[in-house]
Amino acid sequence: MSQSDIDPPRLYAAREPIFPRRVHGWFRNLKWIIMAVTLGIYYITPWIRWDRGPHLPDQAVLVDLANRRFFFFWIEIWPHEFYFVAGLLVMAGLGLFLFTSALGRVWCGYTCPQTVWTDLFILTERWVDGDRNARIRLWNAPWDARKLRLRLTKWTIWLIIAVMTGGAWIFYFTDAPTLLGNLFTGQAHPVAYITMGVMTATTFVFGGFAREQICIYACPWPRIQAAMMDEDTLTVAYRDWRGEPRGKIAKGEATRSDGGAKGDCIDCMACVNVCPMGIDIRDGQQMECITCALCIDACDDVMDKIGKPRGLIDYMALKDETAERAGEKPKSVLRHILRPRTLLYFTLWAGIGIALIAALFMRSPFDLNVTPVRNPLYVTMADGAVRNTYVLRLRNKQGAKHEFRVSVAGPDGTAPQGAVLLLEGLADTTIPVEADTTHSQRIYLTAAPGSDLAEGGQAELTLWVEDAGDGVKSSIDTVFHGRGE
Amino acid sequence: MADTDDEHTSPKNPDNRIELERVAADKTHEAQIAADPPLGPDGEPLHKPGSTRVVRDRKGARVVVEVPSTGHSWDGIEEYDNPLPRWWLWTFYATIVWAVIYMFLYPAIPMVTRATQGLLGTNNRAEVAADISRFAEANAPIQARLVETPLEQIATDPELANYTANAGGAIFRTWCAQCHGSGAGGATGYPSLLDNDWLWGGSLEQIYATVQHGIRDPKDGDTRYSEMPRFGTDGMLDRTQIRQVVNHVLELGGKPYDATLAAEGATIFADNCVSCHGEDGKGDREQGAPDLTDAVWLYGSDPATITRIVHDGPFGVMPAWSGRLSEADIRAVASYVHGLGGGE
Repeated sequence: MSQSDIDPPRLYAAREPIFPRRVHGWFRNLKWIIMAVTLGIYYITPWIRWDRGPHLPDQAVLVDLANRRFFFFWIEIWPHEFYFVAGLLVMAGLGLFLFTSALGRVWCGYTCPQTVWTDLFILTERWVDGDRNARIRLWNAPWDARKLRLRLTKWTIWLIIAVMTGGAWIFYFTDAPTLLGNLFTGQAHPVAYITMGVMTATTFVFGGFAREQICIYACPWPRIQAAMMDEDTLTVAYRDWRGEPRGKIAKGEATRSDGGAKGDCIDCMACVNVCPMGIDIRDGQQMECITCALCIDACDDVMDKIGKPRGLIDYMALKDETAERAGEKPKSVLRHILRPRTLLYFTLWAGIGIALIAALFMRSPFDLNVTPVRNPLYVTMADGAVRNTYVLRLRNKQGAKHEFRVSVAGPDGTAPQGAVLLLEGLADTTIPVEADTTHSQRIYLTAAPGSDLAEGGQAELTLWVEDAGDGVKSSIDTVFHGRGE
Repeated sequence: MADTDDEHTSPKNPDNRIELERVAADKTHEAQIAADPPLGPDGEPLHKPGSTRVVRDRKGARVVVEVPSTGHSWDGIEEYDNPLPRWWLWTFYATIVWAVIYMFLYPAIPMVTRATQGLLGTNNRAEVAADISRFAEANAPIQARLVETPLEQIATDPELANYTANAGGAIFRTWCAQCHGSGAGGATGYPSLLDNDWLWGGSLEQIYATVQHGIRDPKDGDTRYSEMPRFGTDGMLDRTQIRQVVNHVLELGGKPYDATLAAEGATIFADNCVSCHGEDGKGDREQGAPDLTDAVWLYGSDPATITRIVHDGPFGVMPAWSGRLSEADIRAVASYVHGLGGGE
């Protein structure tokens, strides 16, 4: 009966409810604009039409899983071109590194879907329940008819937003107007309803109830970001050398900013009350802080009212803090952002971007793939000629039917002597391929008896395919098996 | 060591040296730990004789109980008799319950003639049969169309051409590959279907007829039939004559030959062989008589093989498929073979 009698500290802390107060200011306005733009892009994009001709979908952005295609305005990505998507993901990753090393958690604070939708949910909450104080009162109030009515109203609005969010998601995967009709008549695929249900549930729970807990407990990014940030990274910080000692001041009393002994911070808790993460920025940098900058707006507002200079809470780099404490001038924002690290990230990011764009413009409008038939390696014809068979897969990625001429060349670039090219089921060497399809064609190359090709071993060959219309050429290497091996 | 005579434990056996030294070292180590137990950060010995565990009594109060040791100890690490973790135990009980439910719902216990059937009536055999009939049903429309379409129009219909290329290939690999090879390249005595040398004709119509009725199939009245006489076995030609005619065949086929023998052989060929193989030796597809002048040889082109053929007169048999495969399947496989490169 020794130390095991003492209760260990509780490992689980119950969530403290957070009631962010309304705030006005520059950053709040910026966040409203970003919210409108990001939500607008999300909800409107599936409805943009893009004419691609009769055989292809006319939705500008479409992930067509059934037909394994990805459409993005004028770009069409086939499954074998998935490296474009991989490249975009690498760019997204590097972009995140770039922005984090330069501006800290700017993704978390302004554009992360969790932040944007939580902001939207808090906005509707404020419409229904009122601002912070009213919400706290309602939270503590007993469950009477009014509270029930307000809660049901709020949850209904949240649910509508959540359904629209989940609904918009599935529109990216199939033709949006058709799907919308099918959704209401109950004819849509079960997968559509299931996906919509899951997205609705996550939006409703994450935006309405989980909120900051997603950032703190579920998201790996707050943990990773520390590796991306350095002393030049801009973050939201409190100028404690100016604000402390905090406390009440009389009207017109001098503080640190105008030569007094007291700090500028009057401990009004405005920064704490507006924080959607429920933290006190004056405690210094914290994992929970998503740098949404609302405390800057709140504090600037108070500083204006008491006639002190703005910027008690401000975007600042660690280097500035040291400089200001030593009484030196801080570096400019631009000089913080432009430094080898960010330039390196930018170079890598832009390099991949340029490579992807180049690849996009250089990709052939059709693809080739050839498989020599190896069972048997060659066929002896009646006259003693040696025939090899190949299966050519020709993928026409264009929106119209094209004709392709096939020819064959030896290592020296000329057609091999005495070799005849025949295409199964076709009169000449021209293959018609329908729009947006892959055509499989058996090809026979017959080497005349006694020729080098027929009597030799394995010979290198190049199969050329030329678009009979616009003359675009593409080639693929293969081999010919003579009877000599 | 009571039984020092045991060669596995006897210290006299040099093979036991390492094992015995290890046992001795363990004993010494154990004694050292017992004499001078290592201390933990709280100053208490790290290795206690027995351990304690916190449990809750009925009122929810914490009670410390002693956990007995199992008596197993390795290098001073003791194994205690702690109960299993609750979540583990309950998962284990849940699997037992699940197993009982499963046993009643699904086939489970093998009996004398068959296993118990289960309440859900699951039957893999029936599921496979249902799958097969589902596929057959899905294929029925295109198969009906294939049967109605004239043979020469199959290749021009993209949908039918696609079906025959795939279904015909599957049928070929199931029923035909045993003799003709999975790549249709044939083997000695089994013709290659890829070249342009056909025994009975290489048009789609003729291939279709061959698949339908087979070659020399005694069970099919319409089968294609011909017989190479057994010139040697039946004593129609003597050894010298066979040698002569073989040399003439080698001459026809463009192989090295003996001119004197071949000149004699030409007369024998004219008397015995031209009715089927033709005066020029180019064969006759009506009778399935092979062209002797081309580069394709069913059995081989060396003198010994040709001698054996003339002597024994062998002929291959291909079964008729009209009773075994459906009309659609026969049409599909005929189209497939016709599209392999040799079709005429």
